[in-house]
Amino acid sequence: MINSVGLQNPGIDKVISEELPKLKKCFNKPVIANISGFSIDEYTYCCERIDKEEQVGIIEVNISCPNVHNGGMAFGTDPKAAAEVTKAVKKVTTKPVYIKLSPNVTDIVSIAKACEAEGADGISLINTLMGMRIDKMRRRPVVANKMGGFSGSAIFPVALRMVYQVYEAVKIPIIGMGGVSKVEDVFEMMLAGATAVQVGAANLVDPYACKTMVEELPKVMEKYKVNNLKDIIGGAH
Amino acid sequence: MKTGIYTVTENKPLTKGVYRMVLEGDTSHITASGQFVNIKLEGRFLRRPISVYDYSESAVTIIYKVVGDGTEQMSNMPVGTKLDVMTGLGNGYDLSKSGDKPLLIGGGVGVPPMYNLCKRLIAEGKKPTMIMGFNTKDEIFCLEEFSALCPTVVTTVDGSFGIKGFVTDAMKDIDYTYYYTCGPEPMLKAINAAAAAQGQLSFEERMGCGFGACMGCSCKTKYGNKRICKDGPVLESEEVIW
Ligand SMILES: Cc1cc2nc3c(=O)[nH]c(=O)nc-3n(C[C@H](O)[C@H](O)[C@H](O)COP(=O)(O)OP(=O)(O)OC[C@H]3O[C@@H](n4cnc5c(N)ncnc54)[C@H](O)[C@@H]3O)c2cc1C
Ligand SMILES: Cc1cc2nc3c(=O)[nH]c(=O)nc-3n(C[C@H](O)[C@H](O)[C@H](O)COP(=O)(O)O)c2cc1C
Ligand code: FES
Repeated sequence: MINSVGLQNPGIDKVISEELPKLKKCFNKPVIANISGFSIDEYTYCCERIDKEEQVGIIEVNISCPNVHNGGMAFGTDPKAAAEVTKAVKKVTTKPVYIKLSPNVTDIVSIAKACEAEGADGISLINTLMGMRIDKMRRRPVVANKMGGFSGSAIFPVALRMVYQVYEAVKIPIIGMGGVSKVEDVFEMMLAGATAVQVGAANLVDPYACKTMVEELPKVMEKYKVNNLKDIIGGAH
Repeated sequence: MKTGIYTVTENKPLTKGVYRMVLEGDTSHITASGQFVNIKLEGRFLRRPISVYDYSESAVTIIYKVVGDGTEQMSNMPVGTKLDVMTGLGNGYDLSKSGDKPLLIGGGVGVPPMYNLCKRLIAEGKKPTMIMGFNTKDEIFCLEEFSALCPTVVTTVDGSFGIKGFVTDAMKDIDYTYYYTCGPEPMLKAINAAAAAQGQLSFEERMGCGFGACMGCSCKTKYGNKRICKDGPVLESEEVIW
């Protein structure tokens, strides 16, 4: 799927005052808070606020956003900018910080390493790829923004390749995502080097996608003769 | 909201390009007229949303127009095909505001959701009138079905059947307490401007998930941002920002 929903959210105040309490009613374990910003100040402001929330277990910093103070180039496309965000956020937080990388780069490894060097506790990858489709009848891009974020099963091989590359270059844990839609994908992602796996677009087609994957895990573990999932992390290297 | 497997028991053309499909399966999650179902098609990532035309305890009927690859694929499905369908999506129309003489207005494939609504209003003792708008005579469908329920007026843009012009041309001569409508956005806008009463409009916005998770259908209303799929597709005329 291709989306251009941007970063629709009610803002940090409402997330803390309304969304977190709502979540608490149906989910008791800690959650991962995904933080975006358009300047270093925005990142640090939001991370500092969310760090104080007991419900939050991990802070995931989305650096695929354009930096308004630097011609709109995304923080995540430059190792220096990525390192700068990491360093600034680490200074104001006590919780584990995972940096979520953009795949729209020539060298994902150098960016992951730059984040690790500044103290990132983990890496999440990948965010959406840039994509587009054209309405052949109207001869116009289908998405109003012309281009959008491409995700879902079609991007799985790209995501898998990047997780594999980053695993070889860093020591911190990786959360793998991008196109995961069935339990076999979870397995493959872990073999590439992911310690945990996230699912995005597949939930939008089947809201029970994650539940189904979790339920089917034991069956697949049996199929591939695995006793403990930890044993397969990076197993393909 | 519920996902289930449904069996196609009928799939036949009503006009060139518009089909009626009957899907047999659990309909217990459909709670209001104007709700929609979301259909998973083999080989396509996102589901395709289609309004409920009518439903019984064991089957839901939809009417769809072939406009692209997904609906084309649906039109070729033989009876017996199994489909993964989500039902009970959207808020649907609120009948409580209708008054005695509600006006129902459907444009093109906006006509179908009016059918179950019309039946319900009649069951509540209301006296609805239906206006259906099409471009031309060959596109008309469901005229007999609506005529059997209530006074039904047809408009065609080219004048080949019924009143020549748009649905708003037919509205002028009808006395109504409230209106319910579904159709292309320019039509909804024209109705809102022409209407002599308040009403409810169903927006068939492009959708991602259809159940409130992706924000792909979000729009601004006078009461803040709303997701067309979950807080809609039906909005009240007074809250819409045109
Ligand atoms: C709540 C809701 C109820 C609907 N009810 C009906 C109905 O009862 N009968 C019916 O025929 N159609 C209905 N639609 C529209 C229907 O969902 C689209 O026509 C369908 O998804 C197109 O799929 P496709 O694969 O054939 O087209 P695609 O190949 O995806 O697109 C072909 C063309 O259709 C347009 N299109 C795609 N999706 C939509 C959409 N969601 N809304 C409007 N235009 C779209 C595209 O811009 C393009 O021009 C409804 C839509 C919504 C959101
Ligand atoms: C509708 C939609 C909204 C998204 N919003 C965000 C976001 O706010 N922040 C973020 O870091 N990633 C966002 N993403 C990216 C996903 O988290 C994920 O990294 C990407 O879609 C690849 O995984 P998937 O193929 O499983 O969806 C979004 C993706 C989609 C489809
Ligand atoms: S279509 Fe996903 S939120 Fe409405």
